[in-house]
Amino acid sequence: MIFPLARKRTKMSLKAFHLIFVTLLTALSFGFTAWAFTNGHPMMGALGIVAAILVIYYGFYFLKKLKKISYL
Amino acid sequence: MEIPYNVQPRPDTGLYNSKLGIWLFLASEVMLFGGLFSAYILLRVGAEPGYWPHGWLDVRFGTLNTILLALSAITTLLAWVACKVGEFGKFKFFHACTIVLALTFLGVKMYEYHDKWIHYEIKLADGTFADGHMESAVYVDKSGKELESHSYRGNGFTEVTDGVTNSYQLASVTIDGRIVKDETLLYDLRSQKNIPRDPVTITADKITSMENYGPWHNTFLAIYFTLTGLHALHILGGTFVIGYMWGPGSKMWKTNREQFTNRIEVSGLFWHFVDLVWIFLFPVLYLT
Repeated sequence: MIFPLARKRTKMSLKAFHLIFVTLLTALSFGFTAWAFTNGHPMMGALGIVAAILVIYYGFYFLKKLKKISYL
Repeated sequence: MEIPYNVQPRPDTGLYNSKLGIWLFLASEVMLFGGLFSAYILLRVGAEPGYWPHGWLDVRFGTLNTILLALSAITTLLAWVACKVGEFGKFKFFHACTIVLALTFLGVKMYEYHDKWIHYEIKLADGTFADGHMESAVYVDKSGKELESHSYRGNGFTEVTDGVTNSYQLASVTIDGRIVKDETLLYDLRSQKNIPRDPVTITADKITSMENYGPWHNTFLAIYFTLTGLHALHILGGTFVIGYMWGPGSKMWKTNREQFTNRIEVSGLFWHFVDLVWIFLFPVLYLT
Protein backbone atom coordinates (compact mmCIF):
# COMPACT_ATOMS: atom_id res chain seq x y z
CA MET A 1 0.00 0.00 0.00
CA ILE A 2 1.45 3.33 -1.03
CA PHE A 3 -0.46 5.59 1.36
CA PRO A 4 -1.28 3.60 4.50
CA LEU A 5 -1.93 6.67 6.69
CA ALA A 6 -4.37 8.18 4.23
CA ARG A 7 -6.64 5.19 4.61
CA LYS A 8 -6.72 5.51 8.38
CA ARG A 9 -7.40 9.20 8.79
CA THR A 10 -10.84 10.81 8.67
CA LYS A 11 -11.84 11.48 5.11
CA MET A 12 -13.88 14.61 5.67
CA SER A 13 -17.05 12.57 5.51
CA LEU A 14 -20.61 13.52 6.29
CA LYS A 15 -20.43 11.53 9.52
CA ALA A 16 -17.45 13.59 10.75
CA PHE A 17 -19.17 16.84 9.79
CA HIS A 18 -22.33 15.65 11.51
CA LEU A 19 -20.42 15.08 14.75
CA ILE A 20 -19.05 18.63 14.59
CA PHE A 21 -22.58 19.87 13.98
CA VAL A 22 -23.96 17.92 16.95
CA THR A 23 -21.16 19.25 19.19
CA LEU A 24 -21.91 22.85 18.22
CA LEU A 25 -25.64 22.26 18.60
CA THR A 26 -24.99 21.05 22.15
CA ALA A 27 -22.98 24.20 22.87
CA LEU A 28 -25.79 26.31 21.41
CA SER A 29 -28.38 24.52 23.55
CA PHE A 30 -26.41 25.29 26.72
CA GLY A 31 -25.78 28.87 25.62
CA PHE A 32 -29.46 29.32 24.80
CA THR A 33 -30.41 27.94 28.24
CA ALA A 34 -28.04 30.39 29.96
CA TRP A 35 -29.40 33.28 27.87
CA ALA A 36 -33.02 32.33 28.61
CA PHE A 37 -32.58 32.12 32.39
CA THR A 38 -30.55 35.33 32.64
CA ASN A 39 -33.07 37.24 30.53
CA GLY A 40 -36.20 36.11 32.34
CA HIS A 41 -37.50 33.43 29.96
CA PRO A 42 -37.82 30.33 32.19
CA MET A 43 -39.94 28.40 29.66
CA MET A 44 -37.33 28.89 26.98
CA GLY A 45 -34.65 27.93 29.49
CA ALA A 46 -36.49 24.67 30.16
CA LEU A 47 -36.73 24.10 26.41
CA GLY A 48 -32.97 24.69 26.17
CA ILE A 49 -32.26 22.08 28.87
CA VAL A 50 -34.52 19.53 27.17
CA ALA A 51 -32.85 20.29 23.82
CA ALA A 52 -29.38 19.91 25.34
CA ILE A 53 -30.28 16.53 26.89
CA LEU A 54 -31.81 15.30 23.63
CA VAL A 55 -28.85 16.45 21.54
CA ILE A 56 -26.34 14.85 23.92
CA TYR A 57 -28.34 11.61 23.96
CA TYR A 58 -28.54 11.67 20.18
CA GLY A 59 -24.81 12.40 19.92
CA PHE A 60 -23.88 9.37 22.04
CA TYR A 61 -26.44 7.22 20.22
CA PHE A 62 -24.89 8.32 16.95
CA LEU A 63 -21.36 7.59 18.19
CA LYS A 64 -22.49 4.12 19.31
CA LYS A 65 -23.89 3.49 15.85
CA LEU A 66 -20.62 4.68 14.38
CA LYS A 67 -18.74 2.01 16.31
CA LYS A 68 -21.13 -0.76 15.39
CA ILE A 69 -21.54 0.04 11.74
CA SER A 70 -18.24 0.15 9.95
CA TYR A 71 -19.53 1.56 6.66
CA LEU A 72 -20.53 4.75 8.40
CA MET B 1 -12.02 7.73 -21.38
CA GLU B 2 -13.15 7.30 -17.78
CA ILE B 3 -12.45 10.12 -15.35
CA PRO B 4 -10.36 8.72 -12.48
CA TYR B 5 -11.58 8.97 -8.85
CA ASN B 6 -15.05 9.98 -9.92
CA VAL B 7 -16.57 7.35 -7.65
CA GLN B 8 -13.74 5.72 -5.72
CA PRO B 9 -11.60 7.91 -3.41
CA ARG B 10 -8.11 8.83 -4.45
CA PRO B 11 -5.67 6.86 -2.24
CA ASP B 12 -3.53 9.81 -1.14
CA THR B 13 -6.32 12.24 -0.23
CA GLY B 14 -9.00 9.72 0.63
CA LEU B 15 -11.49 11.85 -1.30
CA TYR B 16 -13.38 11.29 -4.51
CA ASN B 17 -13.59 14.21 -6.95
CA SER B 18 -16.90 15.73 -5.98
CA LYS B 19 -16.05 15.57 -2.28
CA LEU B 20 -12.83 17.47 -2.90
CA GLY B 21 -14.84 19.95 -4.96
CA ILE B 22 -17.49 20.54 -2.30
CA TRP B 23 -14.86 21.06 0.42
CA LEU B 24 -13.08 23.65 -1.74
CA PHE B 25 -16.43 25.32 -2.33
CA LEU B 26 -17.22 25.26 1.39
CA ALA B 27 -13.84 26.85 2.10
CA SER B 28 -14.82 29.77 -0.15
CA GLU B 29 -18.17 29.91 1.63
CA VAL B 30 -16.42 30.17 5.00
CA MET B 31 -14.59 33.22 3.65
CA LEU B 32 -17.84 34.75 2.36
CA PHE B 33 -19.76 34.35 5.61
CA GLY B 34 -16.63 35.09 7.64
CA GLY B 35 -16.35 38.46 5.90
CA LEU B 36 -19.99 39.26 6.63
CA PHE B 37 -19.66 38.22 10.28
CA SER B 38 -16.62 40.52 10.51
CA ALA B 39 -18.72 43.31 9.02
CA TYR B 40 -21.35 42.66 11.68
CA ILE B 41 -18.77 42.90 14.48
CA LEU B 42 -17.31 46.13 13.10
CA LEU B 43 -20.74 47.70 12.64
CA ARG B 44 -21.73 46.73 16.15
CA VAL B 45 -18.63 47.99 17.94
CA GLY B 46 -18.74 51.15 15.82
CA ALA B 47 -22.37 51.95 16.66
CA GLU B 48 -23.14 54.98 18.81
CA PRO B 49 -23.92 54.01 22.41
CA GLY B 50 -27.62 53.25 22.78
CA TYR B 51 -28.22 53.00 19.05
CA TRP B 52 -27.60 49.28 18.49
CA PRO B 53 -30.95 47.45 18.49
CA HIS B 54 -31.67 44.78 21.08
CA GLY B 55 -34.75 42.60 21.16
CA TRP B 56 -35.91 43.53 17.66
CA LEU B 57 -36.16 39.93 16.49
CA ASP B 58 -38.61 37.39 17.85
CA VAL B 59 -36.56 34.68 19.59
CA ARG B 60 -39.47 32.22 19.28
CA PHE B 61 -39.20 32.23 15.48
CA GLY B 62 -35.41 31.98 15.62
CA THR B 63 -35.69 29.00 17.99
CA LEU B 64 -38.27 27.33 15.78
CA ASN B 65 -36.02 27.74 12.74
CA THR B 66 -33.04 26.36 14.68
CA ILE B 67 -35.05 23.24 15.57
CA LEU B 68 -36.16 22.85 11.94
CA LEU B 69 -32.60 23.04 10.62
CA ALA B 70 -31.24 20.71 13.31
CA LEU B 71 -33.88 18.12 12.37
CA SER B 72 -33.11 18.58 8.67
CA ALA B 73 -29.41 17.87 9.35
CA ILE B 74 -30.42 14.56 10.94
CA THR B 75 -32.75 13.61 8.08
CA THR B 76 -30.02 14.46 5.54
CA LEU B 77 -27.64 12.12 7.33
CA LEU B 78 -30.27 9.39 7.56
CA ALA B 79 -30.97 9.73 3.82
CA TRP B 80 -27.27 9.12 3.12
CA VAL B 81 -27.19 6.14 5.53
CA ALA B 82 -30.28 4.72 3.79
CA CYS B 83 -28.41 4.89 0.49
CA LYS B 84 -25.41 3.19 2.06
CA VAL B 85 -27.51 0.23 3.20
CA GLY B 86 -29.43 0.10 -0.07
CA GLU B 87 -32.83 1.16 1.27
CA PHE B 88 -34.08 3.44 -1.46
CA GLY B 89 -37.56 3.84 0.06
CA LYS B 90 -36.12 5.15 3.30
CA PHE B 91 -33.85 7.50 1.37
CA LYS B 92 -36.91 8.92 -0.39
CA PHE B 93 -38.71 9.39 2.91
CA PHE B 94 -35.83 11.10 4.74
CA HIS B 95 -35.01 13.39 1.84
CA ALA B 96 -38.68 14.36 1.54
CA CYS B 97 -38.57 15.24 5.25
CA THR B 98 -35.52 17.43 4.61
CA ILE B 99 -37.32 19.28 1.82
CA VAL B 100 -40.43 19.86 3.97
CA LEU B 101 -38.30 21.12 6.88
CA ALA B 102 -36.33 23.44 4.58
CA LEU B 103 -39.49 24.89 3.03
CA THR B 104 -40.99 25.42 6.49
CA PHE B 105 -37.81 27.25 7.52
CA LEU B 106 -38.15 29.54 4.49
CA GLY B 107 -41.82 30.11 5.28
CA VAL B 108 -41.00 31.22 8.82
CA LYS B 109 -38.23 33.46 7.49
CA MET B 110 -40.61 35.06 4.99
CA TYR B 111 -43.07 35.74 7.80
CA GLU B 112 -40.31 37.44 9.80
CA TYR B 113 -39.32 39.55 6.80
CA HIS B 114 -42.94 40.54 6.21
CA ASP B 115 -43.23 41.56 9.87
CA LYS B 116 -40.29 43.92 9.43
CA TRP B 117 -41.63 45.17 6.10
CA ILE B 118 -44.90 46.42 7.58
CA HIS B 119 -43.22 47.83 10.71
CA TYR B 120 -42.80 51.62 10.50
CA GLU B 121 -41.00 54.28 12.44
CA ILE B 122 -42.64 57.66 11.94
CA LYS B 123 -40.98 60.93 12.92
CA LEU B 124 -43.61 63.43 13.95
CA ALA B 125 -43.62 67.21 13.63
CA ASP B 126 -43.56 67.69 17.41
CA GLY B 127 -40.25 65.77 17.69
CA THR B 128 -41.79 62.53 18.99
CA PHE B 129 -41.72 59.14 17.26
CA ALA B 130 -44.53 56.74 16.41
CA ASP B 131 -43.58 53.11 16.01
CA GLY B 132 -45.68 50.14 15.02
CA HIS B 133 -47.14 47.90 12.36
CA MET B 134 -49.08 49.43 9.50
CA GLU B 135 -52.81 48.95 9.77
CA SER B 136 -54.01 51.21 7.00
CA ALA B 137 -53.24 54.38 5.06
CA VAL B 138 -55.97 56.73 3.83
CA TYR B 139 -55.46 58.68 0.60
CA VAL B 140 -57.67 61.42 -0.89
CA ASP B 141 -57.90 62.71 -4.45
CA LYS B 142 -58.68 66.30 -5.51
CA SER B 143 -62.43 65.75 -5.32
CA GLY B 144 -62.09 64.57 -1.73
CA LYS B 145 -62.73 60.91 -2.56
CA GLU B 146 -61.07 58.66 0.02
CA LEU B 147 -59.19 55.49 -0.70
CA GLU B 148 -58.11 53.19 2.11
CA SER B 149 -55.05 51.08 1.53
CA HIS B 150 -53.71 48.35 3.80
CA SER B 151 -50.17 49.23 2.81
CA TYR B 152 -48.28 52.51 2.69
CA ARG B 153 -47.96 53.64 -0.94
CA GLY B 154 -45.82 56.71 -0.40
CA ASN B 155 -46.99 60.27 0.12
CA GLY B 156 -48.98 60.17 -3.08
CA PHE B 157 -49.67 58.07 -6.16
CA THR B 158 -51.66 58.18 -9.38
CA GLU B 159 -54.12 55.57 -10.50
CA VAL B 160 -55.77 55.18 -13.89
CA THR B 161 -59.33 53.85 -13.71
CA ASP B 162 -61.45 53.57 -16.89
CA GLY B 163 -59.12 55.97 -18.71
CA VAL B 164 -59.36 58.60 -15.96
CA THR B 165 -56.18 59.52 -14.08
CA ASN B 166 -56.61 60.21 -10.38
CA SER B 167 -53.89 61.65 -8.15
CA TYR B 168 -54.10 60.63 -4.51
CA GLN B 169 -52.37 62.29 -1.58
CA LEU B 170 -51.75 60.75 1.82
CA ALA B 171 -54.30 61.91 4.39
CA SER B 172 -53.52 59.73 7.40
CA VAL B 173 -51.94 56.47 8.52
CA THR B 174 -53.02 54.11 11.27
CA ILE B 175 -50.46 51.93 12.97
CA ASP B 176 -50.71 49.37 15.73
CA GLY B 177 -48.05 50.71 18.04
CA ARG B 178 -47.12 53.57 20.34
CA ILE B 179 -45.64 57.05 20.48
CA VAL B 180 -42.36 57.72 22.31
CA LYS B 181 -40.56 60.97 23.08
CA ASP B 182 -37.04 59.66 22.70
CA GLU B 183 -35.94 57.59 19.70
CA THR B 184 -33.46 55.58 21.80
CA LEU B 185 -36.47 54.00 23.60
CA LEU B 186 -37.15 52.17 20.34
CA TYR B 187 -33.70 50.58 20.26
CA ASP B 188 -33.55 48.43 23.37
CA LEU B 189 -36.79 46.49 23.59
CA ARG B 190 -35.52 43.82 25.99
CA SER B 191 -37.01 45.53 29.04
CA GLN B 192 -40.12 46.81 27.24
CA LYS B 193 -41.88 43.53 26.55
CA ASN B 194 -45.16 44.48 28.19
CA ILE B 195 -45.65 47.95 26.73
CA PRO B 196 -49.22 48.11 25.37
CA ARG B 197 -49.71 48.64 21.68
CA ASP B 198 -52.83 50.38 20.45
CA PRO B 199 -54.07 51.65 17.10
CA VAL B 200 -52.65 55.16 16.56
CA THR B 201 -53.95 57.35 13.72
CA ILE B 202 -51.66 60.12 12.52
CA THR B 203 -52.68 62.75 9.99
CA ALA B 204 -50.28 63.47 7.12
CA ASP B 205 -49.55 67.07 8.23
CA LYS B 206 -48.03 65.73 11.48
CA ILE B 207 -45.65 63.34 9.71
CA THR B 208 -42.11 64.59 9.09
CA SER B 209 -40.79 61.30 7.73
CA MET B 210 -41.65 57.63 7.85
CA GLU B 211 -39.71 54.53 7.00
CA ASN B 212 -40.29 50.82 7.34
CA TYR B 213 -37.87 48.39 8.97
CA GLY B 214 -36.20 47.42 5.70
CA PRO B 215 -32.46 47.02 5.18
CA TRP B 216 -32.17 50.79 4.62
CA HIS B 217 -33.52 51.65 8.09
CA ASN B 218 -30.23 51.22 9.99
CA THR B 219 -27.00 49.22 9.93
CA PHE B 220 -28.42 46.46 12.14
CA LEU B 221 -31.24 45.75 9.71
CA ALA B 222 -28.86 46.09 6.76
CA ILE B 223 -26.55 43.38 8.08
CA TYR B 224 -29.51 41.32 9.36
CA PHE B 225 -31.14 41.19 5.93
CA THR B 226 -27.79 40.61 4.20
CA LEU B 227 -26.75 37.73 6.46
CA THR B 228 -30.12 36.01 6.73
CA GLY B 229 -31.00 36.74 3.10
CA LEU B 230 -27.78 35.16 1.87
CA HIS B 231 -28.33 32.24 4.22
CA ALA B 232 -31.92 31.84 2.99
CA LEU B 233 -30.64 31.79 -0.62
CA HIS B 234 -28.31 28.97 0.37
CA ILE B 235 -31.25 27.10 1.90
CA LEU B 236 -33.23 27.66 -1.29
CA GLY B 237 -30.34 26.48 -3.48
CA GLY B 238 -29.78 23.43 -1.26
CA THR B 239 -33.49 22.62 -1.39
CA PHE B 240 -33.41 22.68 -5.21
CA VAL B 241 -30.42 20.32 -5.27
CA ILE B 242 -31.94 17.96 -2.68
CA GLY B 243 -35.27 18.17 -4.53
CA TYR B 244 -33.53 17.20 -7.77
CA MET B 245 -31.80 14.26 -6.07
CA TRP B 246 -35.12 13.20 -4.60
CA GLY B 247 -36.97 13.54 -7.93
CA PRO B 248 -35.47 13.21 -11.42
CA GLY B 249 -31.90 12.78 -10.18
CA SER B 250 -32.81 9.62 -8.28
CA LYS B 251 -32.91 7.66 -11.56
CA MET B 252 -29.16 7.27 -11.11
CA TRP B 253 -29.88 4.85 -8.26
CA LYS B 254 -30.64 2.20 -10.90
CA THR B 255 -27.60 2.86 -13.07
CA ASN B 256 -24.81 3.87 -10.68
CA ARG B 257 -25.73 3.34 -7.05
CA GLU B 258 -22.31 4.25 -5.63
CA GLN B 259 -22.03 7.56 -7.46
CA PHE B 260 -25.57 8.44 -6.46
CA THR B 261 -24.72 7.75 -2.80
CA ASN B 262 -21.67 10.01 -3.18
CA ARG B 263 -23.90 12.76 -4.54
CA ILE B 264 -26.17 12.44 -1.52
CA GLU B 265 -23.14 12.73 0.75
CA VAL B 266 -21.90 15.84 -1.08
CA SER B 267 -25.31 17.54 -0.91
CA GLY B 268 -25.43 16.54 2.78
CA LEU B 269 -22.07 18.22 3.39
CA PHE B 270 -23.39 21.44 1.85
CA TRP B 271 -26.57 21.18 3.91
CA HIS B 272 -24.61 20.70 7.11
CA PHE B 273 -22.53 23.77 6.33
CA VAL B 274 -25.67 25.86 5.83
CA ASP B 275 -27.04 24.54 9.12
CA LEU B 276 -23.75 25.34 10.83
CA VAL B 277 -23.94 28.95 9.61
CA TRP B 278 -27.37 29.22 11.22
CA ILE B 279 -25.96 27.87 14.51
CA PHE B 280 -23.81 31.03 14.55
CA LEU B 281 -26.40 33.40 13.08
CA PHE B 282 -29.08 32.58 15.62
CA PRO B 283 -27.25 33.62 18.82
CA VAL B 284 -25.51 36.55 17.15
CA LEU B 285 -28.66 38.13 15.72
CA TYR B 286 -31.44 36.97 18.03
CA LEU B 287 -29.89 36.58 21.47
CA THR B 288 -27.34 39.39 21.80
